[in-house]
This record gives sequence, C-alpha cells and structure tokens, in this order.
Amino acid sequence: MSDTQDLSIAFVGSGGAGALTAGSLLLEAAGAAGWQGLLIRTVGPQIRGGEAAAVVRLANRSIESLPDHLDLLIAIDWLNVQRFGAEIEVGPQSLVISDPRGGEPPKGIASAGAHVIAIPLKEMAKAIPDGRPNMIALGIAGKLLGLGEHEFSALLEKRLIEKGQAAIDASRSSLKAGYDAVRDVDLGLRLAPPKSGFTKKKWLVSGNEAAALGAIRGGIRFAAAYPITPATEILEWLAPNLVKVGGVLLQAEDELAAINMIIGASYGGTPALTATSGPGLSLMIEALGLATAAEIPIVVINVMRGGPSTGIPTKSEQADLNIAVYGCHGDAPHLVLAPQSVGDCLFTTQWAAYLAETLQTPAIVLSDQFIGQNRAIIERPADVAFIGQRIRATNITGEYKRYALAANGVSPMAIPGTRGAQYTADGLTHTERGIPTSSALDHQIQLDKRRDKLESFNYGDHWASIEGTGDLAVITWGSVTGAVREAIARSAKDGINVSLIAPRLLSPTRPEQFAAALHGKKRVLVVEQSHGAQFHHYLRAHYDLPAAVRVLNRPGPLPIRPGEIHRAIKEWRP
Amino acid sequence: MSQFAAVPKITSLADLFAVAYQIESDAVERYNVLADQMETHNNPELVAVFRDLARAEGIHRDEILRLAGNIDVIAHAQRMAKWKRGESPEESDLSSAHYLMTPWHALQLALPGEERALAFFTSIVESATDPEIKRMAVEFMEEETEHVNLVHRLLKKYPPPSESWSQEFDPPVSQE
Amino acid sequence: MSTIEMRLAYKPADYKSDIKPIWCPGCGDYHVLMSFTRAFAELGLPPEQIVVVSGIGCSSRIPAYTNCYGFHGVHGRSLGIGAGLKVTRPDLTVVVASGDGDGYSIGGNHFLHACRRNVDMTYVVMDNHIYGMTKGQPSPTTEPEFDTALSPGGTGLRPFHPLVIALASGANFIARCFSGEPNETASVLVEAIRHPGFSFVEILSPCVTFRPDEKDWKNLVHQAPVVATNDPAKAARRIMTDDGFNLGILYRGNRKPYQPETGQAIVDLSELEKEFEL
Repeated sequence: MSDTQDLSIAFVGSGGAGALTAGSLLLEAAGAAGWQGLLIRTVGPQIRGGEAAAVVRLANRSIESLPDHLDLLIAIDWLNVQRFGAEIEVGPQSLVISDPRGGEPPKGIASAGAHVIAIPLKEMAKAIPDGRPNMIALGIAGKLLGLGEHEFSALLEKRLIEKGQAAIDASRSSLKAGYDAVRDVDLGLRLAPPKSGFTKKKWLVSGNEAAALGAIRGGIRFAAAYPITPATEILEWLAPNLVKVGGVLLQAEDELAAINMIIGASYGGTPALTATSGPGLSLMIEALGLATAAEIPIVVINVMRGGPSTGIPTKSEQADLNIAVYGCHGDAPHLVLAPQSVGDCLFTTQWAAYLAETLQTPAIVLSDQFIGQNRAIIERPADVAFIGQRIRATNITGEYKRYALAANGVSPMAIPGTRGAQYTADGLTHTERGIPTSSALDHQIQLDKRRDKLESFNYGDHWASIEGTGDLAVITWGSVTGAVREAIARSAKDGINVSLIAPRLLSPTRPEQFAAALHGKKRVLVVEQSHGAQFHHYLRAHYDLPAAVRVLNRPGPLPIRPGEIHRAIKEWRP
Repeated sequence: MSQFAAVPKITSLADLFAVAYQIESDAVERYNVLADQMETHNNPELVAVFRDLARAEGIHRDEILRLAGNIDVIAHAQRMAKWKRGESPEESDLSSAHYLMTPWHALQLALPGEERALAFFTSIVESATDPEIKRMAVEFMEEETEHVNLVHRLLKKYPPPSESWSQEFDPPVSQE
Repeated sequence: MSTIEMRLAYKPADYKSDIKPIWCPGCGDYHVLMSFTRAFAELGLPPEQIVVVSGIGCSSRIPAYTNCYGFHGVHGRSLGIGAGLKVTRPDLTVVVASGDGDGYSIGGNHFLHACRRNVDMTYVVMDNHIYGMTKGQPSPTTEPEFDTALSPGGTGLRPFHPLVIALASGANFIARCFSGEPNETASVLVEAIRHPGFSFVEILSPCVTFRPDEKDWKNLVHQAPVVATNDPAKAARRIMTDDGFNLGILYRGNRKPYQPETGQAIVDLSELEKEFEL
C-alpha cells in the first residue's frame, strides 16, 4: 500500500442523478481534510436532467490540469455518457464502479482493461428512506480514498441545513451505505497524508469567483452585466458583493449597453468592469475602441469558450486571442492579460484593474471556461497592493488639456464636477485639448501617445511566468499553463530539463524581456488550445523565435493533458 | 388677440426696460450666432454684415441699461422677459440662414424683426397710460425707426441676388 | 415697493463653449443649443455639474458646443453611457442628446430599456425625420413616401411613434417641442430636468439641407390643447391620436427613479473572502 502523488475520481450520471454535487462534496471534504485539488465538471447541453461528469483530482500540491486517466470512476448510470469520451478515460489500473441497471458501459471502458465492480446504487438508494444514489457513490469514493465518514458528516450538515434534518439524515445513511458496500475493497489508493504543520489558509474557489474578488480588490466599484455562459457567475458574485463595498451592479439589456455603461461610469470616476464570453466580446469591440481612443479605463473579463459563433458554450478553448488583441478597427492598442490558473484569476484581474486605471485604457482579461467554472482548492492568494487609481486633474490653472502630452504618456484626467476642466470625451481623433481634428500631426501625436504609454510602462516580473532551465522552451498561455507545468515536472523526472515561458501580459508585447527569456533556448514548443494556432501566429508576429519550432495545438472541447505534452517533449530529440 | 401675445404684459417702467433690453440682447446673440455661422462656412462678406448688425443692437442694448439707471434690468429681464411663442418681436429667423446667403438676404432677414420691434414699441406708446412708460416707449420707438431706415438704406446698396444664388458647386460632405 | 431681484447665478452664455458649430446655417439645432443654455441658466446649475452625452449624428455634436462636461460616444449607445454615469454619480445632471437615426434606429433597444429603467436623466432627441450627417437616408420617423437614394420612391414603412413607445416602456416625463420656439423649449427642458426619473423630450428640429420642406414645420406645430396628464391610459390615447406636431408636456408620471444606494461600504474587504475559506 503506497501513498500516491495524486488521485482522480469521477462521478458520472444523468437525469439529475447528482454527479456534480457528489464531486463538489468530495472536493470540499478532501479540502477540509487538508488536501488540495481540482474539480472539473462536464455537462451535456440540457438545462436539467442531462448527462454529467464530475472529475475530482486530489493531491498534496496545487492541481491545475486533468489527469491522464482516472483511478476511480463511479457511474450512477451510463446514459449518453459517450458524449464525454476521452474526458473520462480509464486505464488498466482503474477501478470502475457501475450500477448494473444503469445501461451499457461504453466500449472504451471494457477495452481499456479496467477492473469493473457492479454495485446496484439505485436499488440501494431505494432501500433507504429518501436515499440518494449520488451519496452512496460519494461514500464509496470516500472509503476507497481513505477519507473517514466523519469528514463528510459536518459538511453534509452545512450543505443541507436548509433542506431540513430529514434530508441530512437520508444523505448520511446513503453515505454510510456506500462505505459499507466497499468495506472489503481496498485499491491501495491512498493519498499521501497532507503535510502536517501546514499553516497556510486554504480556499475552495472557482476561477470566476476569484476573478470577481480580484476585481473588487483592484478597486472596481461598478459592474454592468449581461448573462452569458460561462461568465455569468462572475457577475452574479459581484451583484451582492459590490453592494457590500459601496458599489453597484446594473443589469444591461445587451452587451452593447453593458460596455457603454461601464465606460460612462468610468468617465464619471468609478473604476468599472464587465464580464462576457466570445459572442459578447464581439459585440463590445466597437466600444472598446471608443474607450481606447478616449483613454477611459475599463476592464472586460472574457471567459473564453468554444467558438466560433455560438460554438460550444460549456467548454473551453483559447481562440479569442485574435479578437482580444487585434479586434478593434484602426490602430487601437490596449491591455490584454491572461490568468494561468484558478488562483491566478484573482491576481490577474486585480492587476488588470490597476493597470487599466493607471494607463487609462481598456484591459481585456482572457480567462476561459476551464479555469472559470472549475473549482480548486488553493492556498489563499497573497494580498497584493495593486489598486486601480487614475491620476486626476484637480487644481486647474489655465486651459485644461485632457490629452496633454506627458513624459509617460498618461494625462491627468478630470472628473465631471471639477470646475474649469470641462471637456468632451470623444472617439473622434482629437487634439490635446480634446477637440476633434483631422490633422495629420495631431493624429500621429495621439496615436504615439497611446501606444507609448503602454509600451514604456514597467510591468515588472508579472508580465510572464518564466520557470526552469533547459534548451527547450515550452511557450503557452492561460489555462494550458497548468498542464505544461505538470508535463515539465514529469520530464524533469525523466532527466529532461525543460523551461516554461507563459506570458500573462499579451498586449502590449515585451520584445526585450521575451528575448531575454529565450536567450540560450534552441527549441520552442508552442502549446495552445486553438485550431488556427492563434498564439503561435501571435508569437511569430511579435517575437523572434529560434529556428526549431514545433506546435502542439488543438481546438476545444477536450483540455490538453500533461501526458500529451510530456510525450511531445520526450519525442523531440534535440 | 394682439399680435404680440407672445410678449409679457408691460405694467411698469422696469417691465419696459426689461423687455426692451431682452429684445436687443436676443438680437445681439442672434446676429453673433449668424456671424459665427458665416465665419465657419467661409462667407466673409456676411460675417461683416452680421457683426455690424450685432454691434448696432449692442449699442442700443447698452443704452437701455444706461437709461434704466438704478433698475437692475438684467435681473428683472431674467424674471419676466420670456417670449411665449417663437422668438422676440424683433425676431429674425435663424432658420432662414443659408451658407450661400448674400447681404441682401441678411437684410431681408433683419428687416421684419426691426419692423416688428418698431410696431411693438409703437403699440406701447399708443396704449400706455403711465406718462413715464409712454415717454420711454417713444424713445425706443424712435430708435427702432432709425434701425428700420438703416436697413432700407442698406438694401438700396445691396442688389437682390440672381435666381441661381443658391446653386451649389460642390455637393454636401458626410462628416461621420 | 419692489423687492430686490437677484440675478441668476449664470447667464446662458456661460454654458456656451468657444467652439463654433459645424451645423449648416439654417439648422434647427442652433436653436436647440440656445434652448439648452437658457434652460441651464434658469436651473442655475454650475456648468461643471452638467454632463451632455451623445451618440453620432449632427445632433450629437452638441456636447462640445456647450461649456459643460461632454461625452461624444458611438452611434446609438449614448443612453448606456448616461445610465452608467448617473447611477455612479447621482450628484451630476445628465442630459443625453440624440437624433432620430441615432436614437430610434440603432439606439432603439436602448431607448426601450432606458424608459423602463427610469434612471433620473433627460433624453433629448432632435428629430428631423432624416439621417442628415450621412446625407439624406430615411430614418425611422421619415414619411413612407419620402424619396431618397437609399430607398427610391420612399420606404413604404410606417414611421415610428417614439412618444408612444416611450410611454409604453415607462418613461416618466414625455414632451414634444419645436426648435423654432427656443424659449418654450427651454421651459420644457427645465421641467424635464427637474422631473425625477427618465424624461424624454422630442424636439422637432428641421434639417435645412436634406429636408428643406421642413421649413413648413413652423406653420404645422401647435400647442397641445390639453394639460399634461399623469394617467398613462389618457396619455396613450392623446399621444396615439396626435398629428406629430402637438407641442407641450404630454405626460408626467409618478414612478420612483431608479437610483441604487452607492458609496457606503458596509463590510470590510476582507469579509468577502470568507465564503471561500475551508
């Protein structure tokens, strides 16, 4: 019986069987017991009663990617489960618990050579008053992982308190039935116990929630909202929480209204934000150009999903890079940032709010469905001192020039109500005073100003994650960074040293710093979740790469796993 | 119904000064707006004509303030000198302006205003019972008579335009 | 014995900027600008406390011609900017200016929801029944038989009735004015700005260049024969049966304006993360 590095368990079921709830409870109980982990949820297209899979990966360290295959798969039923395909891959070492009345397991299960045990979850549930098959499944998982029943008890009470004592009792009984059902089964699955003396606080949080909190910490006090999958949770978290800190959220009639509302609020002096996904971002592009031209700070979180057009709303992809960086008509450079993990959503959004205010420009935060909607147990993120506060024009003497040239390109901004500084903000090309013009000189001056203010700013080390040594550099961004990190760790165990370059700041580009990061690297492997390899083209457009470049790119919906990247690294002989 | 139903009733000397002041003040504003329009639209001859008219009205306006002595005409005008329909009796219709207008047009635009102002003060002279109001109204009536005569004199100087005065040599341009 | 009269704190000229409008001589919008400045003077608001927000079109050029704060946004989206601004800065007076194309066509959806949302601001639409800036295309209020290059022979479509739509959507104050009566219009604007909630003022403002036929409007407009009502059903009947030239305040509602409380933090920032703690 050995202590393993990490374990992966999946609950699968349909028709409201409660697979997602089981996964969520497992993660929370494991977290309370001291482990870290990641919960990845996959669903069918139905609003209710659809097929669902919850994959929980637990370890003693931060987890940021899918496992290669599952250690334990519990199927409450197999209906329509072929939809999930490779996301619930099992191998010869895997254990599959299957309800014999739950339909035929997909062919892949048998051919993978997994060990299958039949347990009649639904029948067992019927034998318990108000019994629940998903709670039985949870009990099975708990027992096999070496979690005590008591670890769940308090949690069930907390989660079900509103549904009443009867519901709590029924769940506890179901849980116990699960434990009893596998009393004599021992997989030798035991997570290494959590490090003792571990004093750091831990959070259970989704990327969307973390981003929303980061926004408030960064000074955002106004949000405009239009719902869209998978970003809506950001806005729903902000609605009550903004009020708590003296801010407010306004629901808009569409994304066009939402982005214009935040521009109006920001013009009035309040740091403002909205959140959307691809189709919404497309609608917001015109106003993003307006905010860029009029130098008004705003933050737009774009939680990327499968595209193009309506695409695959419930799955992740990294194909909004182009529209985020290049989408505006005209030359309209602005900030684009990308968090790299669930926890990083907090820092990156907070930093984005700070940068937007400091540089008086829009910041697009490219999150994605994978980190946005999945929940992770993470160490409490450190407090950082980035709070957005634009430089204001207050003591006005003489004529006020809203867009006055300045050494760092940032002009003091007058807030309405400031006497003597009245000006009209405009998307029209303007003079330093803000008066519309078609003069070649003024146009050049203001374009230079808006570009230079971004490029000359000192972003410090946060602009990218640069880790490791080795002449092979894996370059990636966003949520794929987690899978790359794990692949690099596995390569190190094979004696292959590989480095990582993952930019957090995508626009403006950092030619000097990137060149420094690439110094001595002879080979580059680009990894991204985009059919058109948008990131690869972006790198080629802006940076010099060594001659030997390979690209591992794939569109969504399947996340890129550490195993695939590890294989690509191993197969590439220098 | 008086043709000047749009004008507030004059019941005191202060009222008369206020209304007279507002008439001239509005005229100055309007002629300057027209002069600005002509400047922006590259019609320098008309800039001069409208600035002249504005200056003439401005002189009269300042004279009214002087004649009023201690009465705070401006404050009183802000309170009661508000025309109900259209513009003041000395209405010159901004909407008849045209970027190609000639001095003749400008004078045609000014003339009805001056004539109506004259008729207005004349009606006060005829209807006023208070001798002070009557006396002051006579002065204003004489001033407006001079204005009307001036416009007629100028009209003799400036010929009426040809039929094709508004012919455009370039079509309008879309700016946005 | 006359009481000492105080002068107003500001004159209309205090609200005019030094920028000369590019509107064609003869354009109704010059009178609208006059009405704005006269209304602001009557209200006695410091120029820096007023924000004039606009979209795109000839009417939308107005912010820069005032001495107030201004926002010249993109086509059709001025109401969003106004709402975000007013909700976060209730201390400001927000006037949104638009035209029939900007406001009723591309801005149509935002118009509906602005009326419904009832944020305390004033929406002024300078309606000239044409797209003037882009040289003469039909707008939602253009007559169906009006011939244009984009719709030869006319659109054949029934014109929009913005006042009815405003009423149905929840606007709290509805009025129609004519640019050729700047003092009347100024009075209506004063009332519109003073009235809480979303005030909608349509100002018929002829386009001298692309609708010279509108010179006749001054003969067609007439004062509405009734006083403003606060009964939506009554107002609906009046507005639905009017000839489009009925001037005056037609509806004055009692809806409470939408203005959420802002500015006061109730908890410390550190409280927000408690729900994530394991």
